Amino acid sequence: MSAKHSELPTYTLFALSEQAIVIEFGQAINDEIHNCIMAFAATLQQQPFQGFVEYIPAFTTLTVYYDPWIVSDGGNKDASELVKEYIDQLSSTVQVSSKLNPRKLTIPVCYGGAYGPDIQFVADQAGLSLQAVIDIHASTDYKVYMIGFAPGFPYLGGMDSRIASPRKNIPRPVIPAGSVGIAGTQTGIYPIETPGGWQLIGRTPLALFNPEKEPYSYLQAGDSIRFIPILEKEFLALKKGTSVE
Amino acid sequence: MQDGGRYGFQKDGIIVSGAMDRLSLRMGNLLVGNQENQASIEVIQVGPTILFQENCVLAITGANLSPAINSQPVPMWRPVSVEKNSILSFGKSIQGCIAYISVAGGLAIPTVLGSYSTYLRAKLGGWHGRALQKNDCIPFNQTNGFLLKRTKTVKMAEGFSYPGWSLEPSFYHLYQSNPVIRVMPGPEYAWFTQESKNTFWQNPFRITYSSDRMGYRLEGQPLILKHKRELLSTAVTFGTIQVPPKGNPILLMADHQTTGGYPRIAQVASVDLPLIAQASPGVCLYFQEISLKMAQHLYFLQERKVKAIKNTLNRYYLKDLLQ
Repeated sequence: MSAKHSELPTYTLFALSEQAIVIEFGQAINDEIHNCIMAFAATLQQQPFQGFVEYIPAFTTLTVYYDPWIVSDGGNKDASELVKEYIDQLSSTVQVSSKLNPRKLTIPVCYGGAYGPDIQFVADQAGLSLQAVIDIHASTDYKVYMIGFAPGFPYLGGMDSRIASPRKNIPRPVIPAGSVGIAGTQTGIYPIETPGGWQLIGRTPLALFNPEKEPYSYLQAGDSIRFIPILEKEFLALKKGTSVE
Repeated sequence: MQDGGRYGFQKDGIIVSGAMDRLSLRMGNLLVGNQENQASIEVIQVGPTILFQENCVLAITGANLSPAINSQPVPMWRPVSVEKNSILSFGKSIQGCIAYISVAGGLAIPTVLGSYSTYLRAKLGGWHGRALQKNDCIPFNQTNGFLLKRTKTVKMAEGFSYPGWSLEPSFYHLYQSNPVIRVMPGPEYAWFTQESKNTFWQNPFRITYSSDRMGYRLEGQPLILKHKRELLSTAVTFGTIQVPPKGNPILLMADHQTTGGYPRIAQVASVDLPLIAQASPGVCLYFQEISLKMAQHLYFLQERKVKAIKNTLNRYYLKDLLQ
């Protein structure tokens, strides 16, 4: 079966600085826009221009960083305009597939207890049992829209709004690595120990960020993930396994 | 320890880091014959005391924190040949707040993801991913003797010597008491009320004490949106001025997050970032509007000057090599 391809929808270009151009596709979080951003990023990766540095995909934008000195041929041209022109040229070659085949990954999570100290709060907010919160959280496929905030931290789309919860009034000074949390209608995983204000419902033994091994971020924008509930003894066994590796 | 930054991994949420004052870092390295973006020791306000266990050539650039070797003042912005067993120390902050110690040959530390820069929160890069502590012993790469010979011949002091020349002072005027910072209106500039826009251009914003390498929290008349609006998280960069709901801006610095969700009222022109890096808490910033074209033009002017200095120093060191 061949995937359907379509032309890129309209986008706007603007400068973030003298070293970055933003490609913006509308204002809504949805799969269509996400697929465009992923397709554009892939094309840019395959056909980078002289002076290209890196790109950052986000919900509705792809930001392209460049070295103005190289792009402008030693300060002799308008680097910002040249990059915009290149992006326009490239856009005609971008093929957006309506049927992407995302990587499907599972994230084992030990819910509740010391690993998820706020799960009772989330359950009370929702008027559900603890088990119902776990069942709902672990029965959906989530899309990784972008990685940001901290190394390997995924912004996930697709959480059931029944378990939405406000952030904590006072952020915790330390959140252990691997913590799975909820903030509003978003859910996410903290890859490294950081301060943070999300309601914590569980923890994964997986290392989501490893600076010594590629890919440094276990999750990438475009991935599809699902949480799998595990017991504490499984958590400990997996944790041991991952740390011995 | 910081270098020119860790690029290529922002899509994984890995921040760029790097020196707060990139210009002083680059000058320090060029002065000792290094690649301009090598790692140097970044000193913020309070300097360390360093015992040299080997002879070396170093340059101190950036803020004037009263550097001294063996208790005698040592000049900045030029190569200094230091003898084994000498002690480098710092004193009162005279001007600016961030200094760089660059050593000829560079620090002998491994790179992580292509950079030497320390990323404290992720505990990576630099010296075991942490700030330097008492009794750390930092190795540096040995250089060819030529550099040492050349710099030794000119002026002598106890334990160190240096040439009679230094960088042209006009090039490193990095300090102003209440600096005027040139900025471009940001992507969400139009979201702010007319009154807030006027406030932004006309009134000072004070750097507060809750400022660090990640960002400077500014205090001034609050900047207000016309309507309450949410921004979807998107890329932010060094010099982005974002405004959280309470209206006090945050000016993002070298350790900025890769993405943010607050409206961006303005973006600092790259050439003025060192001025901000060198401004201490308590200092007031004023913002002046310039166009993207002008910011680009100023950047190119700066780069041409850096290239000229690089060429001159290369000739200087090359001549030595041939002798």
